[in-house]
Amino acid sequence: MIIVFFVLAFVAVGCAISMLITRNAIYSALFLVLNFATVAILYLILGAPFIALSQITVYAGSVIVLFLFVVMLLGAERLPGGEPLRWQRFIAMALGLVLAVNLGLAITQQAGDLGMLAAPEKGFGAPVEVGRVLFSQYVLPVQIVAFILLVAVVGAVVLSRSEEISHRRELYRKPEAKE
Amino acid sequence: MTNWLEDPIRWIAEWLYSVLVGWGILPSVADVILMITGAAILSTLALLWVLFLIWFERKLIGRIQDRFGPNRVGPWGIFQSVADMIKIFTKEYITPQGADKVLYNLAPVLAVASVLLIWAVLPFTRSIMGVNLNVGVVYIVAVGGGGVLAILMAGYASNNKYAFLGASRAVAQLISYEVPMVISLLVPVLLAGSMGLNDIVQAQSVPYLVMAPVAALVFFITSMAETGRAPFDLVEAESELVAGYNTEYSGLKFGMFFVGEFLHSFTAALLFAVLFLGGWRGPFVDQVPLLGLVYLFIKTMVIYFLIILVRASVPRFRIDQMMDLNWKVLTPLSILSFLVTAVIAKVLEGQFLFQVLGLLAGNVILLVLFMEWGERRNKRNRRPMVSQPRPLATPASDETSMAQS
Amino acid sequence: MLTDYLPLVVIIVFSVILAFLVVALGHLFGPKRPSEKKSMPYESGMVPYGPGQRRMTVRYYLIAVLFILFDIEVVFFLPWAVAFRDLGLPGFLLMVAFVVVLEVAHLYAWKKGALEWE
Repeated sequence: MIIVFFVLAFVAVGCAISMLITRNAIYSALFLVLNFATVAILYLILGAPFIALSQITVYAGSVIVLFLFVVMLLGAERLPGGEPLRWQRFIAMALGLVLAVNLGLAITQQAGDLGMLAAPEKGFGAPVEVGRVLFSQYVLPVQIVAFILLVAVVGAVVLSRSEEISHRRELYRKPEAKE
Repeated sequence: MTNWLEDPIRWIAEWLYSVLVGWGILPSVADVILMITGAAILSTLALLWVLFLIWFERKLIGRIQDRFGPNRVGPWGIFQSVADMIKIFTKEYITPQGADKVLYNLAPVLAVASVLLIWAVLPFTRSIMGVNLNVGVVYIVAVGGGGVLAILMAGYASNNKYAFLGASRAVAQLISYEVPMVISLLVPVLLAGSMGLNDIVQAQSVPYLVMAPVAALVFFITSMAETGRAPFDLVEAESELVAGYNTEYSGLKFGMFFVGEFLHSFTAALLFAVLFLGGWRGPFVDQVPLLGLVYLFIKTMVIYFLIILVRASVPRFRIDQMMDLNWKVLTPLSILSFLVTAVIAKVLEGQFLFQVLGLLAGNVILLVLFMEWGERRNKRNRRPMVSQPRPLATPASDETSMAQS
Repeated sequence: MLTDYLPLVVIIVFSVILAFLVVALGHLFGPKRPSEKKSMPYESGMVPYGPGQRRMTVRYYLIAVLFILFDIEVVFFLPWAVAFRDLGLPGFLLMVAFVVVLEVAHLYAWKKGALEWE
């Protein structure tokens, strides 16, 4: 099991790195799919099949389609070479270093013994349990998700074509006015 | 040991297992070998089965259109697709200039694999299935994403404007119709109280077609759209888009998309049979489990026949009609049917007969009300017809039309 | 544990390998005589100009956002549908609230005409 974990972890990190350094945005998105898929298998190992498959459904299925659409919408498949903001690199390095130190400290100091955890009991992570917990213990987050989605749709509609649409609706609604 | 008369497939599997263990192979390794054998048989059969499906469809469409259909190779032309397959093997692969080689070659593989993967969770009989996944429904939805990615990759990598347009259209259609499809999938899950496909079959002492006809209808329509079947084949409207996203594919790479499409429609029929017609259930299935396979097959072929019938008799949708049907009809309808089913199933819990009748009545009432509302809506905002007179060829009438306008 | 999903892994690996094999078989049997004309992108006989990938309409973006909306809705509803017998009235009302909020989004897009195509 530990071998499977490390193989998956390396694949996931490798995909993430390739995603960052590829110059072609389509390839970046596809590497992200691979990354999501490996993370989903990690969830499967943890005994949470529902979470694993919803990860694939939501992220690899729909979010990636949105990403690809946006990339193709902007015509930004191939990034130009060079960096528009040179100074970013130093800040990024500094921040990366801080993160690495932070992670190192967290692992060495706080995590304590990182032995193999006991296998979860039978039925843990089953859909029934997820449903029960989602709609009793975590009601507020679930409702907040609904509102966030509402905001997302409203934003997308407003940003993309509000004026154009109202114009077109006039045309459809009052055919008499046109004649 | 199971009796070989009762369940021959399981019997063969157990026999093979004992032989392998007898050879001194570790039991776990023998398990894996059996799994690989099973997967090999299943996916090869599935791909070969497509040959029959293609012939069946061509013959049927031929008959409907008052033609013979294929009738040269073999009796009733039944080996026509075999001949076609041999021919397609000898065709050249042509890769267009400027194509993205990796994605271009990966797309057809993904297109077929993502359909084959659905077969992993289908219960063929009570005991024969790939995996008895307790989240089978989510798995089907998740695997469907692979097909979408394959189409996007094909369209993007072909370096062809028509392929790109076709792919973007196809993906828009697929993701739109996935919405009512998954919502209508919720209804059997709700009634069975489980996401495992085998559990759903086991719970259907009355087929869910009776208990949830609206969801079944929505699922039927959307699965036709998901598989890009006529009337939803505007993805490959040849008068507009050459051939859609697979324009630049030749030989077996095109064949893969083609096979994927046929297999997908058959798989959709299979899913319909599992979710709404009770899968392998039928008389005497408890005594002879293998009968379940026959029942499932018959049910699936009925649905597949219906799909072909619709294809042969309904003209293609325009893109705006397709989007309207999805977002303004099927999506609200599926959500309403989900809510109605939840309410009735909860209120009449316990009394099974009343529950079935109540669900049936509720669904019928919902459908009637919904159609009434749609009728009113259509009357209220009908799109204006083109009101200008058309320009005519003769100069005299041209003048009159100018005078009119 | 992962061993429960071993058949799934086997089938996934096998179906990908099978599809690859079939495509590779075509490489084996098919002729290879590429030519300039043959490998031109086929655009109904016109000589193609410009890149094959053009920018997409913004409508597709809207469709994708709506798709995510409903996809996430369904992911929340699937466990609800499985567990709804235990959840009782409050669970049902919460789900209805969730649906109502999402339907507001759907109706907003509808009334704004974002679902109109021509």
